[in-house]
Amino acid sequence: MKLPRFLAVFLNWVEGEEVFPVPEQASGPFHSERIKKADPKKKPQTPGRKKDHSKLLSALYSALSVIVCLTVILTLLTTVSWLPRFGGDHNPVENEVYTRYVERELEEAGAVNTVAGMILDYRAFDTLGESNVLFIAVCSVIILLRADRKKDGSLNIPELESTPEEKPDDIIFRCAAMILMPVGLVFGIYVVLNGHLSAGGGFSGGAIIGASMILYVRAFGSEKLDKVFTFSTYKWITFAALITYTLLKTWSFYTGANGLESGIPLGKPGAILSAGLILPLNICVGLVVACTMYAFYSLFSKGGFGNGQ
Amino acid sequence: MGSNLMTNYFEATAVICFGIGFTMLFLNKNLIKKVIGFNFMDSSIFLFLASNGYISGRISPIITNSSVSSENYINPIPAGLVLTGIVVSVSVTAFLLALTTRLYLRYHTLELDEMIRLSNAEET
Repeated sequence: MKLPRFLAVFLNWVEGEEVFPVPEQASGPFHSERIKKADPKKKPQTPGRKKDHSKLLSALYSALSVIVCLTVILTLLTTVSWLPRFGGDHNPVENEVYTRYVERELEEAGAVNTVAGMILDYRAFDTLGESNVLFIAVCSVIILLRADRKKDGSLNIPELESTPEEKPDDIIFRCAAMILMPVGLVFGIYVVLNGHLSAGGGFSGGAIIGASMILYVRAFGSEKLDKVFTFSTYKWITFAALITYTLLKTWSFYTGANGLESGIPLGKPGAILSAGLILPLNICVGLVVACTMYAFYSLFSKGGFGNGQ
Repeated sequence: MGSNLMTNYFEATAVICFGIGFTMLFLNKNLIKKVIGFNFMDSSIFLFLASNGYISGRISPIITNSSVSSENYINPIPAGLVLTGIVVSVSVTAFLLALTTRLYLRYHTLELDEMIRLSNAEET
């Protein structure tokens, strides 16, 4: 049976084969050193007894970890068997907090979608923290993965044999991307803007926008997007979104937060311009998430984005 | 054992998946497989939380008609918690994969034992 290449590679990987073979002639400060150190001829031969010892230890370790994990599963299953019935309407989790959220949310926050009203009105600081978590994650990935510049200014990208070919010469993929990418972009924007009226919101819509940007870059190359989306663009978009979020929510909390008069009209529930601050907050979150998705992709695939700086 | 194991099949699946992910963290030496196990544990927690919010016979908490009664809608709180969890899970996964990439560029291997051996060999 002939398997597709990626499936064959994946199966080999599951069975322990090295997917990224070490290039023999690779150079670099660490690599030559590693070759020297890892040379099997120079390696001192471990005595047979010690090897048996470590084999026994690893077998013991595997057995112990299986036992520990089975114990964890059995304990948790016993706990589950004592939990209240699935789907019952008098379970302890269905308490007065949920009742109040569902019954009063429409007049207090004004959003038809109760989840949006909950996470962007009652628990808005939680969502601000989430956006900051995403921003900090991108910062750490930039610190870890951003490619250095050589002396002539070109990117010093580490050579991995499995680096996916950008802009593959594939007419089917390109046509599909040409049709799908604008639709995905518009759908993502719709999900962001409609987050307080239907299922969705900043996180899911931002993820859809980021996915269509990644699709575009995979199909048509990143030269054109690099001119627009540089490090400083990323910095300013994320900074503006986070600071807008903070200022809007600060105003809301400063004026009393809990249903007191804040001067922000709630509008008619169900209209697109309603629900007070939830629509602008959703847009801020969507911008942060879309930029984060694209930044993750380009950092992992080529160690940076944009041609500025 | 209590009596609700078969009716709570969502929660039971979630804890079994949690155990499988935990075992993957223990038994696999490959760092990418450890990250996959970590993600598996995350997803099982999301399944557990989401199944706790469900109330049979009710609809999702998007208030469609004028009757604002909690008798008609399921619990929206687990949905918000799962949203938080997904964001943190994505961030942690990206961070772990970035660390793994750095380690691979340093040691040209993904096996943890091999990495420890090489770093010990460098120190001595």
